[in-house]
Amino acid sequence: MAVPALASVAVGDELPPKTIHIERATLVQYAGASLDRNRIHWDERFAKGVGLPDVIAHGMFTMGSAVTVVTEWVGDAGRVTSYSTRFTKPVVVPYDGGADVVVSGVVTRLDPESHAATVELTARCGEDKVLGRALAVVRLD
Amino acid sequence: MACPTGRARRGVSYWGTRVASMPVNADFAGRSYPPTAPYAVGSAKIREFAEAVGSTDPVHVDRAAARAAGYLDVIAPPTFAVLIAQQCDGQLITDPEAGIDFTRVVHGEQKFVHHRPLTAGDEVVGVLHVDRVRQAGGNAMVTTRSELTVGDELVCTATSTLVIRGAEDDGGDA
Repeated sequence: MAVPALASVAVGDELPPKTIHIERATLVQYAGASLDRNRIHWDERFAKGVGLPDVIAHGMFTMGSAVTVVTEWVGDAGRVTSYSTRFTKPVVVPYDGGADVVVSGVVTRLDPESHAATVELTARCGEDKVLGRALAVVRLD
Repeated sequence: MACPTGRARRGVSYWGTRVASMPVNADFAGRSYPPTAPYAVGSAKIREFAEAVGSTDPVHVDRAAARAAGYLDVIAPPTFAVLIAQQCDGQLITDPEAGIDFTRVVHGEQKFVHHRPLTAGDEVVGVLHVDRVRQAGGNAMVTTRSELTVGDELVCTATSTLVIRGAEDDGGDA
Protein backbone atom coordinates (compact mmCIF):
# COMPACT_ATOMS: atom_id res chain seq x y z
CA MET A 1 0.00 0.00 0.00
CA ALA A 2 1.38 3.36 -1.02
CA VAL A 3 2.18 5.90 1.67
CA PRO A 4 0.09 9.06 1.09
CA ALA A 5 1.89 12.15 -0.20
CA LEU A 6 1.80 15.15 2.11
CA ALA A 7 0.08 17.18 -0.62
CA SER A 8 -2.80 14.70 -0.72
CA VAL A 9 -3.61 15.17 2.99
CA ALA A 10 -5.33 18.11 4.68
CA VAL A 11 -5.77 19.16 8.29
CA GLY A 12 -9.17 17.89 9.36
CA ASP A 13 -8.98 14.69 7.29
CA GLU A 14 -10.53 11.81 9.18
CA LEU A 15 -8.92 8.36 9.22
CA PRO A 16 -11.07 5.26 8.79
CA PRO A 17 -12.21 4.34 12.32
CA LYS A 18 -11.91 0.90 13.81
CA THR A 19 -13.59 -1.05 16.59
CA ILE A 20 -11.21 -3.15 18.67
CA HIS A 21 -12.93 -6.05 20.34
CA ILE A 22 -11.22 -7.20 23.53
CA GLU A 23 -11.79 -10.48 25.30
CA ARG A 24 -9.92 -12.08 28.18
CA ALA A 25 -8.05 -14.14 25.59
CA THR A 26 -6.91 -10.92 23.88
CA LEU A 27 -5.35 -9.78 27.15
CA VAL A 28 -3.69 -13.12 27.86
CA GLN A 29 -2.19 -12.99 24.37
CA TYR A 30 -0.94 -9.44 24.97
CA ALA A 31 0.40 -10.37 28.40
CA GLY A 32 2.51 -13.07 26.79
CA ALA A 33 3.70 -10.91 23.92
CA SER A 34 4.54 -7.88 26.07
CA LEU A 35 5.73 -9.79 29.15
CA ASP A 36 3.41 -7.62 31.26
CA ARG A 37 1.86 -10.40 33.30
CA ASN A 38 0.21 -8.25 35.95
CA ARG A 39 -2.70 -10.29 37.26
CA ILE A 40 -5.17 -7.39 37.11
CA HIS A 41 -5.22 -8.02 33.35
CA TRP A 42 -6.35 -11.64 33.41
CA ASP A 43 -7.31 -12.78 36.93
CA GLU A 44 -10.80 -11.58 37.83
CA ARG A 45 -10.58 -12.59 41.47
CA PHE A 46 -7.27 -10.78 41.88
CA ALA A 47 -8.52 -7.65 40.07
CA LYS A 48 -11.61 -7.42 42.24
CA GLY A 49 -9.46 -8.08 45.30
CA VAL A 50 -7.53 -4.86 44.68
CA GLY A 51 -10.74 -2.89 44.24
CA LEU A 52 -11.17 -2.92 40.47
CA PRO A 53 -14.63 -3.54 39.01
CA ASP A 54 -13.26 -6.48 36.97
CA VAL A 55 -10.25 -7.43 34.83
CA ILE A 56 -8.94 -4.36 32.97
CA ALA A 57 -7.00 -4.17 29.70
CA HIS A 58 -3.33 -3.23 29.69
CA GLY A 59 -3.09 0.49 28.92
CA MET A 60 -0.25 -0.45 26.58
CA PHE A 61 -2.55 -2.88 24.75
CA THR A 62 -5.02 -0.07 24.10
CA MET A 63 -2.20 2.25 23.04
CA GLY A 64 -0.64 -0.39 20.79
CA SER A 65 -3.85 -1.46 19.09
CA ALA A 66 -5.21 2.10 18.70
CA VAL A 67 -2.21 3.16 16.62
CA THR A 68 -3.11 0.58 13.97
CA VAL A 69 -5.71 3.12 12.81
CA VAL A 70 -2.74 5.33 11.92
CA THR A 71 -0.42 2.65 10.54
CA GLU A 72 -3.17 1.18 8.32
CA TRP A 73 -3.92 4.66 6.98
CA VAL A 74 -0.27 5.47 6.29
CA GLY A 75 0.42 1.99 4.88
CA ASP A 76 3.79 1.47 6.60
CA ALA A 77 4.07 0.83 10.33
CA GLY A 78 7.65 2.12 10.28
CA ARG A 79 6.54 5.68 9.51
CA VAL A 80 5.49 6.49 13.09
CA THR A 81 8.15 8.85 14.46
CA SER A 82 6.38 9.79 17.68
CA TYR A 83 3.43 8.41 19.63
CA SER A 84 2.21 9.50 23.03
CA THR A 85 -0.83 9.20 25.24
CA ARG A 86 -2.23 9.47 28.72
CA PHE A 87 -4.14 6.58 30.23
CA THR A 88 -7.26 8.35 31.42
CA LYS A 89 -9.72 5.52 32.17
CA PRO A 90 -9.33 1.76 32.40
CA VAL A 91 -10.98 -0.52 29.84
CA VAL A 92 -12.98 -3.00 31.89
CA VAL A 93 -13.19 -6.42 30.23
CA PRO A 94 -15.97 -8.63 31.60
CA TYR A 95 -15.91 -12.38 31.03
CA ASP A 96 -19.18 -12.23 29.13
CA GLY A 97 -19.03 -10.26 25.93
CA GLY A 98 -15.69 -8.56 26.49
CA ALA A 99 -15.32 -4.89 25.61
CA ASP A 100 -15.24 -2.77 22.48
CA VAL A 101 -12.94 0.22 22.04
CA VAL A 102 -13.83 2.50 19.15
CA VAL A 103 -10.81 4.33 17.75
CA SER A 104 -10.95 7.26 15.37
CA GLY A 105 -8.31 9.71 14.19
CA VAL A 106 -8.10 13.15 12.64
CA VAL A 107 -5.18 14.98 11.06
CA THR A 108 -4.44 18.01 13.23
CA ARG A 109 -1.17 19.30 11.82
CA LEU A 110 1.00 19.05 8.71
CA ASP A 111 4.64 20.04 8.52
CA PRO A 112 5.78 20.51 4.91
CA GLU A 113 9.45 20.72 5.99
CA SER A 114 9.62 17.25 7.50
CA HIS A 115 6.62 15.76 5.64
CA ALA A 116 5.15 14.97 9.04
CA ALA A 117 1.46 14.62 9.77
CA THR A 118 0.13 14.68 13.33
CA VAL A 119 -2.92 12.54 13.98
CA GLU A 120 -4.99 12.91 17.13
CA LEU A 121 -6.61 9.64 18.12
CA THR A 122 -9.79 9.23 20.12
CA ALA A 123 -10.43 5.90 21.85
CA ARG A 124 -13.76 5.33 23.54
CA CYS A 125 -15.13 2.43 25.50
CA GLY A 126 -18.82 3.16 25.91
CA GLU A 127 -18.95 6.75 27.18
CA ASP A 128 -15.40 6.70 28.54
CA LYS A 129 -12.49 8.29 26.73
CA VAL A 130 -9.80 5.76 27.58
CA LEU A 131 -6.82 7.55 26.02
CA GLY A 132 -6.09 11.24 26.58
CA ARG A 133 -4.15 13.44 24.16
CA ALA A 134 -3.21 10.47 22.01
CA LEU A 135 -0.96 11.92 19.30
CA ALA A 136 0.88 10.06 16.58
CA VAL A 137 3.30 11.73 14.19
CA VAL A 138 3.93 9.98 10.88
CA ARG A 139 6.30 10.73 8.04
CA LEU A 140 4.42 10.91 4.75
CA ASP A 141 5.91 10.87 1.25
CA MET B 1 13.27 19.04 43.71
CA ALA B 2 11.43 19.27 46.98
CA CYS B 3 8.72 16.70 47.32
CA PRO B 4 7.25 16.57 50.81
CA THR B 5 6.51 13.04 51.80
CA GLY B 6 6.29 13.50 55.54
CA ARG B 7 2.60 14.33 55.76
CA ALA B 8 0.46 11.48 54.63
CA ARG B 9 -2.99 12.34 53.33
CA ARG B 10 -5.62 9.73 53.79
CA GLY B 11 -8.40 8.92 51.40
CA VAL B 12 -10.06 6.34 49.24
CA SER B 13 -8.09 5.49 46.13
CA TYR B 14 -9.49 4.64 42.69
CA TRP B 15 -8.98 1.05 43.71
CA GLY B 16 -11.30 1.57 46.63
CA THR B 17 -8.61 0.87 49.19
CA ARG B 18 -8.07 3.16 52.11
CA VAL B 19 -4.42 4.07 52.06
CA ALA B 20 -1.89 6.48 53.47
CA SER B 21 0.46 8.19 51.04
CA MET B 22 4.13 7.32 51.09
CA PRO B 23 5.20 7.29 47.50
CA VAL B 24 8.84 7.52 46.46
CA ASN B 25 12.25 8.85 47.38
CA ALA B 26 12.20 12.42 45.99
CA ASP B 27 16.00 12.50 45.78
CA PHE B 28 15.81 10.17 42.79
CA ALA B 29 15.05 12.98 40.32
CA GLY B 30 18.07 13.34 38.05
CA ARG B 31 19.36 9.87 38.76
CA SER B 32 20.46 7.49 35.98
CA TYR B 33 21.02 3.75 35.96
CA PRO B 34 23.73 1.69 34.29
CA PRO B 35 23.01 0.39 30.77
CA THR B 36 20.83 -2.72 30.58
CA ALA B 37 22.04 -5.99 29.12
CA PRO B 38 21.42 -5.92 25.35
CA TYR B 39 17.90 -6.87 24.23
CA ALA B 40 18.03 -8.87 20.98
CA VAL B 41 15.10 -7.89 18.76
CA GLY B 42 13.89 -11.09 17.11
CA SER B 43 11.50 -11.69 14.22
CA ALA B 44 9.45 -14.23 16.22
CA LYS B 45 8.84 -11.72 19.03
CA ILE B 46 7.96 -9.00 16.53
CA ARG B 47 5.39 -11.30 14.93
CA GLU B 48 3.98 -12.29 18.32
CA PHE B 49 3.69 -8.64 19.44
CA ALA B 50 2.18 -7.49 16.13
CA GLU B 51 -0.44 -10.23 16.31
CA ALA B 52 -1.23 -9.34 19.92
CA VAL B 53 -1.99 -5.69 19.08
CA GLY B 54 -3.72 -6.53 15.79
CA SER B 55 -1.16 -4.92 13.50
CA THR B 56 -1.44 -6.76 10.18
CA ASP B 57 1.18 -4.75 8.26
CA PRO B 58 3.38 -7.25 6.35
CA VAL B 59 6.52 -5.28 7.34
CA HIS B 60 6.25 -7.05 10.73
CA VAL B 61 6.27 -10.58 9.35
CA ASP B 62 7.49 -10.63 5.76
CA ARG B 63 11.17 -9.84 5.23
CA ALA B 64 10.68 -9.23 1.52
CA ALA B 65 7.90 -6.72 2.23
CA ALA B 66 10.05 -5.02 4.88
CA ARG B 67 12.98 -4.76 2.47
CA ALA B 68 10.71 -3.43 -0.27
CA ALA B 69 9.68 -0.69 2.19
CA GLY B 70 13.35 0.17 2.76
CA TYR B 71 14.13 -1.73 5.97
CA LEU B 72 16.95 -4.20 6.56
CA ASP B 73 14.61 -6.83 8.01
CA VAL B 74 11.17 -7.07 9.59
CA ILE B 75 10.36 -4.09 11.84
CA ALA B 76 8.58 -3.85 15.16
CA PRO B 77 5.25 -2.07 15.77
CA PRO B 78 5.53 1.42 17.31
CA THR B 79 4.86 0.32 20.90
CA PHE B 80 7.12 -2.76 20.85
CA ALA B 81 9.81 -0.66 22.55
CA VAL B 82 7.81 -1.00 25.77
CA LEU B 83 9.38 -4.45 26.15
CA ILE B 84 12.76 -2.77 26.64
CA ALA B 85 11.47 0.37 28.38
CA GLN B 86 9.73 -1.69 31.06
CA GLN B 87 13.02 -3.51 31.73
CA CYS B 88 14.58 -0.10 32.26
CA ASP B 89 11.75 1.11 34.52
CA GLY B 90 12.04 -2.13 36.46
CA GLN B 91 15.46 -1.02 37.68
CA LEU B 92 13.87 1.92 39.47
CA ILE B 93 10.74 0.13 40.66
CA THR B 94 12.73 -2.68 42.26
CA ASP B 95 15.45 -0.40 43.68
CA PRO B 96 15.05 -0.71 47.46
CA GLU B 97 16.45 2.78 47.94
CA ALA B 98 13.63 4.26 45.82
CA GLY B 99 11.09 2.93 48.29
CA ILE B 100 8.44 2.17 45.66
CA ASP B 101 5.71 -0.38 46.40
CA PHE B 102 5.33 -1.94 42.94
CA THR B 103 1.78 -3.05 43.71
CA ARG B 104 0.84 0.64 43.83
CA VAL B 105 2.36 1.57 40.47
CA VAL B 106 0.01 2.41 37.63
CA HIS B 107 0.88 3.68 34.17
CA GLY B 108 -0.11 7.31 33.74
CA GLU B 109 1.42 8.35 30.42
CA GLN B 110 3.65 6.92 27.74
CA LYS B 111 5.54 8.42 24.83
CA PHE B 112 7.83 6.96 22.19
CA VAL B 113 10.04 8.95 19.86
CA HIS B 114 11.41 6.74 17.11
CA HIS B 115 14.47 7.75 15.13
CA ARG B 116 14.05 4.59 13.13
CA PRO B 117 11.94 1.45 13.71
CA LEU B 118 13.34 -1.32 15.88
CA THR B 119 14.43 -4.01 13.42
CA ALA B 120 15.00 -7.73 13.77
CA GLY B 121 18.67 -8.25 14.54
CA ASP B 122 19.05 -5.08 16.62
CA GLU B 123 20.88 -5.46 19.92
CA VAL B 124 19.30 -2.71 21.99
CA VAL B 125 20.80 -1.26 25.16
CA GLY B 126 18.64 0.93 27.41
CA VAL B 127 19.74 3.62 29.82
CA LEU B 128 17.16 4.75 32.35
CA HIS B 129 17.01 8.34 33.56
CA VAL B 130 14.66 9.52 36.29
CA ASP B 131 13.68 12.94 34.97
CA ARG B 132 11.10 14.09 37.47
CA VAL B 133 9.57 13.15 40.80
CA ARG B 134 6.63 15.12 42.06
CA GLN B 135 3.75 14.86 44.43
CA ALA B 136 0.22 15.22 43.05
CA GLY B 137 -2.41 14.95 45.71
CA GLY B 138 -1.57 11.87 47.69
CA ASN B 139 0.19 10.22 44.76
CA ALA B 140 3.73 10.45 43.48
CA MET B 141 4.32 10.95 39.78
CA VAL B 142 7.64 9.75 38.45
CA THR B 143 8.71 10.54 34.90
CA THR B 144 11.34 8.21 33.50
CA ARG B 145 13.16 8.34 30.18
CA SER B 146 14.75 5.29 28.59
CA GLU B 147 17.25 6.03 25.85
CA LEU B 148 17.48 2.99 23.59
CA THR B 149 20.59 2.64 21.46
CA VAL B 150 21.97 0.15 18.95
CA GLY B 151 25.74 0.57 19.01
CA ASP B 152 26.24 4.35 18.96
CA GLU B 153 22.91 5.01 17.28
CA LEU B 154 20.00 6.38 19.33
CA VAL B 155 16.96 4.56 17.93
CA CYS B 156 14.19 5.36 20.41
CA THR B 157 13.42 7.49 23.44
CA ALA B 158 10.65 6.06 25.61
CA THR B 159 9.19 8.33 28.30
CA SER B 160 6.88 6.94 30.98
CA THR B 161 4.95 8.62 33.73
CA LEU B 162 4.37 6.22 36.56
CA VAL B 163 1.81 7.03 39.20
CA ILE B 164 2.54 5.60 42.60
CA ARG B 165 -0.78 5.62 44.31
CA GLY B 166 -0.90 7.07 47.75
CA ALA B 167 -4.48 8.25 48.08
CA GLU B 168 -7.46 9.47 46.06
CA ASP B 169 -6.11 8.39 42.71
CA ASP B 170 -8.69 8.55 39.95
CA GLY B 171 -6.69 7.74 36.86
CA GLY B 172 -4.20 5.38 35.31
CA ASP B 173 -4.80 1.77 34.58
CA ALA B 174 -1.82 -0.36 33.97
